Amino acid sequence: MNMFSKIVIPIFIVFVIFYGFKKKVNIYDAFLEGAKEGLMISFNIFPSIIAMVFAINIFLDSNFVNAVLGVFNPILSLINIPLEIMPMALLRPISGTATLAIMNDIFIKYGPDSYVGRLASVLQGCTDTTIYVLALYFSSIGVKKIRYSLGVGLFADLVGITVAFIITMLFF
Amino acid sequence: MVSYIWLFLIIIGIGYSFLTGNLDIINDSILTNGNDALDLMLSILPIIVLWTGIMKIAETSGLLRKFAKLVEPILSRLFPSVPKDNPALGFIASNIAANMMGLGSAATPFGLKAMSELQKINDKKDTASVAMITFLVLNTAGVTIVPTTVLALRIAHGSVNPSEIILPGVIATFCSSIGGLLLDYFIRRRSNK
Repeated sequence: MNMFSKIVIPIFIVFVIFYGFKKKVNIYDAFLEGAKEGLMISFNIFPSIIAMVFAINIFLDSNFVNAVLGVFNPILSLINIPLEIMPMALLRPISGTATLAIMNDIFIKYGPDSYVGRLASVLQGCTDTTIYVLALYFSSIGVKKIRYSLGVGLFADLVGITVAFIITMLFF
Repeated sequence: MVSYIWLFLIIIGIGYSFLTGNLDIINDSILTNGNDALDLMLSILPIIVLWTGIMKIAETSGLLRKFAKLVEPILSRLFPSVPKDNPALGFIASNIAANMMGLGSAATPFGLKAMSELQKINDKKDTASVAMITFLVLNTAGVTIVPTTVLALRIAHGSVNPSEIILPGVIATFCSSIGGLLLDYFIRRRSNK
């Protein structure tokens, strides 16, 4: 199991580069072109990262989570869910940058190899920001009646988040 | 929508620390916030750049396209209302392939093209079609094999085995896709009766 996760990326990279080489693509130039796009992407998301880290830090530093959500702590600890993860699970369908900022905070406080750190990693990777995607995609083609799409999308998120909790518990 | 969340986080944060007399902490937080954001950016930037570079090779060599072709037969089963030769299926496949490889922002253009193709065969232009909803469920539950930003952050914070979360992540995201598709399927079947 451990072996699998360690080799999947190196093998993938070798495969992609070798395939490109065999298809006579100028792999180095292609890489540079893509890297330039990646730089632009990072540049474009930087403002939203600043905005979200700003808001999330104020929110987390105010100790609101511990004090108010702490009421649920007895129930949460019963099913082995750390309190720190709750804001992330709640915000996951709304803003990917917000949850990225929370994950960063968790890594700083507890480290990426702690239980809550691993849980945050799985959560961040397991679903996309449903509400944002729906808004973007439907508004791009002028659809106003979105019918049951939000419900199904959020249901899928709920399934993903629940499974993420269970799987992390089983794996680590 | 994000505006509300942003406002909520800031108001609650500042309001609550005002009530509990912890304004010192919030002052510190506001003033050092920028550094945190920059650190976060610097830790995910290299891997985003690296990964988009690698994936550009996959795109120009036709590997991404080939992979998309591979999943198209499955897709035409998921989208019975879309004709088999419709370009929408190709865009949907490319979108999913890009999402799997952790290229969220590269996936978006394909997704938008898929939506406009689906809109062409939509009867009621202001209402979401069945195929659109299935596509969005597939997209938002998105199976991600290589979560690039998560890996980058784990490395930056000194994880012993940064990629150990890949397999659990794939299982979780797979379950959320299946869950979403099943619910979508049942809703579709009920409304057909």
